Amino acid sequence: MKLSWWKILTLVILTYVLIMGLAGEVPRQAILNETVRNLYFHVTMWFGMVIFLLISLVYAIRYLSSNDIVYDDKSAEFVNIGVLYGIIGFVTGALWGNFTWGSPLPKDPKILSAAIAMLAYFAYLVLRSAFEDEQKRARITSVYNIFAFVIFNVLIFILPRMTDTLHPGQGGNPGFSIYDNDNIMKPVFYPAVIGWTLLGVWIATLRIRLKIVNRTLTNQ
Amino acid sequence: MALKKLGTLIQKEVSLEWRQRYALNGMLLYIVSTIFICYLNFNLRQNVLTPVVWNTLFWIILMFTAVNTIGKSFAQERQGRLLYFYTVTSPVEIILSKIIYNTFLMLILSLTGFVFYIYVMGNPIGNVALFTAAIVLGSMGFASTLTIVSAIAAKADGNAALMAILSFPLIIPMLLVVVKLAKNAMDDLDVSVSMDEIWVLLSIDAIVMALSLVLFPYIWRS
Repeated sequence: MKLSWWKILTLVILTYVLIMGLAGEVPRQAILNETVRNLYFHVTMWFGMVIFLLISLVYAIRYLSSNDIVYDDKSAEFVNIGVLYGIIGFVTGALWGNFTWGSPLPKDPKILSAAIAMLAYFAYLVLRSAFEDEQKRARITSVYNIFAFVIFNVLIFILPRMTDTLHPGQGGNPGFSIYDNDNIMKPVFYPAVIGWTLLGVWIATLRIRLKIVNRTLTNQ
Repeated sequence: MALKKLGTLIQKEVSLEWRQRYALNGMLLYIVSTIFICYLNFNLRQNVLTPVVWNTLFWIILMFTAVNTIGKSFAQERQGRLLYFYTVTSPVEIILSKIIYNTFLMLILSLTGFVFYIYVMGNPIGNVALFTAAIVLGSMGFASTLTIVSAIAAKADGNAALMAILSFPLIIPMLLVVVKLAKNAMDDLDVSVSMDEIWVLLSIDAIVMALSLVLFPYIWRS
């Protein structure tokens, strides 16, 4: 088995993140306590999700301009992995919120906008299953994908105007860095973002390859 | 020239509608009976209707009316007619004419609905002009968003459930802003407070409209 350099990098980073995340030194803070470790797992999921959805958008646009079905495969798989990361983000967030904000689902615009975005991308996946013809499906869902992404971005701008958020760094809340006063979390957090994102890309590329292989087999 | 074509297309939509009077009469009945059911359940028994509920209920009724009305706008076109359009006009003109027509349709429906709603449910609105502006902006927004979604859903064989699934996530942001704006109007807050919402609504409308014009040709081609 031969792994390319970035896959080896993913493994190294994630091993480091898991060890440091579960056993490493973290700041002692009231209320947050040990749950602050969730920073490496919850926040990174949202970073990953946004990156994947952005990649998916780029492929949707490239599909529309080229009509090459492979771009549609890529676009769809990056939505899949983005939705998966979104769900994991919800679960880890609910866990964290349960201990720090006293409720797994507090009223928070960030949670709401994420939930609505998830709805839009679920709708995208449902729409995909409604077509038989590959090219037609690709064209229509690419268009919907672009709409979903734009609306997702609009939401991020709108909802914070409606209510204040509990999340750090917005609505007058200080950024997360004040909890990390000794800068001991950053050396783990930044690699964690890269590591989890690379893992997602890895999963997506595997699924894309599987799809291409399947198509070539059925076409033979 | 393009404007003249646009006019002809809109005229075609209107005369088609006038011949069947399906959307207008059907949807008017839909909106009136929904409001009447709300009246029976909320107002007739006891006054449980707080301003927030009043407002939310009104917008939910409008939203469902919009989804049902505009959902038909592409499903009713027959294959042969679409093919004919394909030869004589451009997709941008088609979608633009549909958006304009649907906006008018939504305006008629929502303003009629609004009058009837006030009639049966009482009128707690402080600033009626601003509330009407919210209805106009909301109708425009609903029409432009739902027209393109209806085009997408029609390609998937006009599945009604699909129309709802696809449109709700896209329409929620707009609905949130418009409900806030309507609430400001009810509380008779100064217009300057609501300028923020009005700008957001206008810019969402503009974004959706621009996206529709750019992306509709791709949908249409299949």
